[in-house]
Amino acid sequence: MRHHLLLAIGPARFRIGSAWRGPIDALRRLYAAYPQSSQDDAVADFTVRLEPAGIGRRWWRPSVRIAGDYHLPDAVPMALRHGLLAAEMGMNLQMALGWRRHLLIHASSVEKGGKVLVMAGESGSGKSTLAALLGERGWRLMGDEFALLDFATGAIHPFPRLVSLKNQAIDVMRREVDDAARFGPLMAATPKGDIAHLIPAAEAVSRMSEAAPPALLLFPRYGHAPDIRAVGEGEAFMHLTQASTNYVACGEAAFTALHRFVTTVPSIALDFSSGNEADRMIGRLWREHAG
Amino acid sequence: MTQAERLYYRDDPDEMLLRPLDGLTLIYHRPSGITHIVDSPVPEILAALSHEPLPARLLLESLSADYDLEGEGEALDNLAAHLEELCALGLARAR
Amino acid sequence: MSAALLASLLRAPQGAGRLGARDWNAVMAAARAERLLATLAFRLEGVALPDPVRAVLDDACFDAEREKRQALWEADRAAAALAPLGIPVVLLKGAAYAAAGLKAGEGRMIGDLDILVPRSRLEEAERALLAAGWEWVKPDPYDDAYYRQWMHELPPLIHRERDRMIDVHHTILPLTARPVPDAGAMIADRVDLGGRLSILSEEDRVCHAVAHLLADGDMAGGLRNLWDIRCLLSDIEDISRLEHRAALHGLAQPVARARRLCEHLFGRASVDLGMVDQMFVARLLSADGWGRNGRRLLGQGFYVRSHLLRMPPLMLARHLWTKWRKGHRPA
Repeated sequence: MRHHLLLAIGPARFRIGSAWRGPIDALRRLYAAYPQSSQDDAVADFTVRLEPAGIGRRWWRPSVRIAGDYHLPDAVPMALRHGLLAAEMGMNLQMALGWRRHLLIHASSVEKGGKVLVMAGESGSGKSTLAALLGERGWRLMGDEFALLDFATGAIHPFPRLVSLKNQAIDVMRREVDDAARFGPLMAATPKGDIAHLIPAAEAVSRMSEAAPPALLLFPRYGHAPDIRAVGEGEAFMHLTQASTNYVACGEAAFTALHRFVTTVPSIALDFSSGNEADRMIGRLWREHAG
Repeated sequence: MTQAERLYYRDDPDEMLLRPLDGLTLIYHRPSGITHIVDSPVPEILAALSHEPLPARLLLESLSADYDLEGEGEALDNLAAHLEELCALGLARAR
Repeated sequence: MSAALLASLLRAPQGAGRLGARDWNAVMAAARAERLLATLAFRLEGVALPDPVRAVLDDACFDAEREKRQALWEADRAAAALAPLGIPVVLLKGAAYAAAGLKAGEGRMIGDLDILVPRSRLEEAERALLAAGWEWVKPDPYDDAYYRQWMHELPPLIHRERDRMIDVHHTILPLTARPVPDAGAMIADRVDLGGRLSILSEEDRVCHAVAHLLADGDMAGGLRNLWDIRCLLSDIEDISRLEHRAALHGLAQPVARARRLCEHLFGRASVDLGMVDQMFVARLLSADGWGRNGRRLLGQGFYVRSHLLRMPPLMLARHLWTKWRKGHRPA
């Protein structure tokens, strides 16, 4: 692989190789504040490869296939102008399929006062945008996509990758964040819509190895009239086994860790129709459960 | 004793990890790595099973001693059905 | 290069002390591509390693352990479905090595469950498995007809709830292939493991692994299979019994080749390799430091070859064309 980079995000180290220079340059720039090195100096946990999707596709209508230690055989190749997104998807895939040192949950997480708010949900739930927003309003962003649950201690570990903002969320965060340099290029019309990346605040990056215990689990739902409902432990457990990509792979340790999590951390469903509204509701809930 | 009586038993009590959750019981089955969510009377039935293969009617007697079971005739059929289901899942064995 | 480094580490693990970060990244990517990462971890037990290397290898061992437990559970479930009918269930490949605690099972990543049953009991076995919750993977009638007529196994079955596959073989090579192993003798001479499971005899285990590596498959996963053979060979005390058995199955030449390749890659003696041997070595060592299968062209050649072995030349072109149209590609 002609161009490559070794990058640490939270506890994981990725060796990323690419047939094209562009995606590697973009990663280097956007992840400038993160620990970076090369494959000669550090041993990676995972390898990601951005490869031409067929003979000749390196130059003619360049088309990127995401490959690496773990890959999806049916994945649709992406255009080179979306190479940065391909790299991000490649890293996510390695984590989702191959990480074993923590239970991985599709959830965002933010920390305040030494305790963590975990927000679980699929795409469109608003978990990523909410976390990004809170990360600019006094909370420390720990992650927008994956929350890492420690098997032994029950703490949440940061995985503060670049925040992936989709469609309207891009505008929301542009209004929130003054510094244009914290945004990556706009990638229009990707398979997931318009996407732009936001570099987490400096503190989120510098403290990316600091874990903290969870105090509240939210199931956010964007686009509904505001509402707050308690969620039963059983329901929370079921949701989280589905929201975890490595629950089955991690076996017994995942079982006991997840059981402890849902029986010690209150779970609440939060419906909201705007970021400010959610911010206020979360403020009240946090004072009640973590204050 | 009828010659066709099925006898039920469990291999090893350590092969299951049980945790209460919201009135139900979570079971982590170590040999298969599968997580089950079950309701009464399944945990009670599992507790009544042992290394020694026993027919359903004897298991019913032992369960009746500790729990209130409704309807004598139905209870045996229900128990047998539960036991067969547990065997299909690999949580119990029969011979 | 990286695959050669991998082979040399498997042969002589104490060489690990000399490796820097770049070599570790490369050899672990190659090992992963060859499904030998956990095996490498086992071989490096007790060798001082940098922490990040130890972390990756520990994860691989964890995965291998889990796969072993799941494979043995699948074997248990298959036996539960078939033993009441008196059908002997002979475990093959990884599940067999794990169930019998063989060296070949250490760090072995096990995939589908492979079992061997007598051809005369095949339909009964099929019905029993379907009744116990397995269902067909490929509903395509062309593939189905191909499998039933020519292959050495039922079309693949997957369990409805557990989502795990089982391959039910009735012999170890397709019916159209040239060597014709004696499946009846393999079943008759099986080794009982207690419980309701058995495995092939130690000579037949080698013959099966060799047939799978050299006479059947397209050599993807070849280095891992060769390592299996190396471990199985080390369990054999009387080589003449192996040679005799190989001759019985029409596998004398492939077994001899496999022994040469094992000695060359994993042994200490220097071996005289012929031209074809060298081609095999090149294919076996084609994984690169980024985890790619470097010799793509060579790989294509082996894919075509594997079909040639399975079917008489006249049938080949039609089959490949149909598979091509449906979007199958050699990996």
